[in-house]
Amino acid sequence: MSALDVIVSGTMLAQTARMAIPYGCAALGGVLSERSGVVNIALVGTLLASALASVAASHASGSASVGIAAGVSCGALVGLAHALLVVRGRVDAIISGIALNLVAAGGTRFLLRALYGSSSNSPSILGLRFGASWGLLARTLADPFLLATIAAAAGAAWMLHRTRFGLRLRACGEDPSAAHALGVNVTGLRTAAVTLGGAVTGLGGTALAYDLHQFQAGMSGGRGFIALAAVIVSGWRPWLAAGVCLAFAALDALQIVLQNQTRLPAQVLAMLPFVATLGALVLVGKRRAGDMRPPAGLGKHPAA
Amino acid sequence: MIVTALSRSRSLPAAVAGLAVGWLAFCVLVWLYGASPRAMAELVAEGTWGTSYGAGQVLFKATPLLFTGIAVDLALRAGLFNIGAEGQLAVGSLAAGVMGAHLPPGTPAVLALPLAIGAAMAAGALWAFVPALLKGRYGAHEVISTIMMNRIADGAVGLALGAGGLALTGTVRTADIVSGARIPRLEAVFPSLKGSAASFALLFGIAGTFLVTSSYRRTRFGREIGLIGLNARAMQAEKVPVRTRIDQALVVSGAIAGAASVGTVLGYKGYFEEGLGVGAGVGGLAVAILGRGSAVGLIFAALLFGTLQQGGLAVNAFVPKELMDVLTGVVVCAVALADEAINGPAAPTAKPAARAAAS
Repeated sequence: MSALDVIVSGTMLAQTARMAIPYGCAALGGVLSERSGVVNIALVGTLLASALASVAASHASGSASVGIAAGVSCGALVGLAHALLVVRGRVDAIISGIALNLVAAGGTRFLLRALYGSSSNSPSILGLRFGASWGLLARTLADPFLLATIAAAAGAAWMLHRTRFGLRLRACGEDPSAAHALGVNVTGLRTAAVTLGGAVTGLGGTALAYDLHQFQAGMSGGRGFIALAAVIVSGWRPWLAAGVCLAFAALDALQIVLQNQTRLPAQVLAMLPFVATLGALVLVGKRRAGDMRPPAGLGKHPAA
Repeated sequence: MIVTALSRSRSLPAAVAGLAVGWLAFCVLVWLYGASPRAMAELVAEGTWGTSYGAGQVLFKATPLLFTGIAVDLALRAGLFNIGAEGQLAVGSLAAGVMGAHLPPGTPAVLALPLAIGAAMAAGALWAFVPALLKGRYGAHEVISTIMMNRIADGAVGLALGAGGLALTGTVRTADIVSGARIPRLEAVFPSLKGSAASFALLFGIAGTFLVTSSYRRTRFGREIGLIGLNARAMQAEKVPVRTRIDQALVVSGAIAGAASVGTVLGYKGYFEEGLGVGAGVGGLAVAILGRGSAVGLIFAALLFGTLQQGGLAVNAFVPKELMDVLTGVVVCAVALADEAINGPAAPTAKPAARAAAS
């Protein structure tokens, strides 16, 4: 099969969707958090921690849904920790994010050895089983995680623009002092937004682990940071953020296909998503005006 | 000047609080793992400062951390988070290894050392120049772009070694550097450190720390970036070229991160191999956050995290050494939290307002 055949085949599409889910969820989590005014680079650690939590719970209970619940709750917990440090403790959000990522990276390895006596991966789990007799395409498109991610994007967009909570959330992100003066509980609202964002990211971490049927040390492989870039490139909009992740995932899938097809050194292709991210940042940077700008109150605390 | 003097005296209680929380976390985690905190603490003490070999190993681990620590600190001073020290160190180490290996065999140290270190600093600076350019020109946040540059460095270094033909055939390492570019080990002068990998690169690091921190007060550049970190808009109004200074701060920070290769390539291995120095970039962030702006604080922080790394190896047979990564994160959180609680919002950190104005 030539490279082109593979690219237009269902395999490539399935690959893209699979890869897009975790990063799409992380980007949605980032949008929720940053729209409320809290920078969240702890997303990367959140993906890792929730991936391990989902595997551990599903391995111990034998139930996939218990695993999903554990992954989502663990994501929410990391989000809550970030919110408490940043919103209540007023620690710089980048410092808190770096520290949480460090704790997650070290802590997952620590727990991996504590629980399973391995420094690299967990025992395998069943993950979600459905549609064994369907075709690859149908199975990809009906993947509950994909549907959940789409629902999360729709839910986030609706919540931000159509609900009172969303309006207040955006107010906290644009001008926390004004929101505070108008009686909005900025601290509580931001804590809720970052925790919710963590839960959505936790769903992504769960999808990541279920996809591989196990947890592997450092499995988010730096792509979580691409989700951060996707938040910026999308102009902090849920649908677009998920869409950008889809584009990056397509690039990533393409990279893997090409690795088998060309004699280019593997490193050239492996660098591709990251170079593309820098390129995308440059492109959006050129037109920072209008509605592509970051929330004006990002990183600011209410004056009171 | 007042700000630096204040930061020195005010950050001490926060550091003490951070260490207390770190100690607590150590006990809890070790206990949860099913080991005895007391026995493990004894192992850590024995494996680090308890023997002269252990102490030497701590100094060895602390050396690159000190360099990356001052690199991150300098950028932080200007309100920038240089998360890219990891990648800057990787390309810097490659440059040091290649330069060191390609010098004529008899090159004297007075020539070979500056050339190798210069190459490392130039490569690190070049790697930091890309995020600086992207920030100045396109407003791309340095946190994202430096992270991306770390990933790109992984690929680029592998590419240069493999397809670029810089590695010895069939390996992922460069040829040995010439003897003139090697930095002798401390054991040559202090026989009690025998066997430990600590080298005179540590002295370079300490000298560099005092040089950089005193430049914050004594040079125009140092004073200006400090003030930009506090209030970029005011500096703009004072006709200070804010954008240029921010670019320069990031590039200088990258050069210092590249110089960390004196501790790994020139002082330890004597060649560069893929993966050498990994983790020093993240460690440098922790060092800078703890030591913030003071030479004594930075050296202390580098020694602390060096001790944690070496201590992790000492207990690894009983408790996973990753325990120490968790502790590093916990200490960083606790120090930042205590700093904010004790000193309030006036603590001299990079304030978001300054960052927003600068971007």
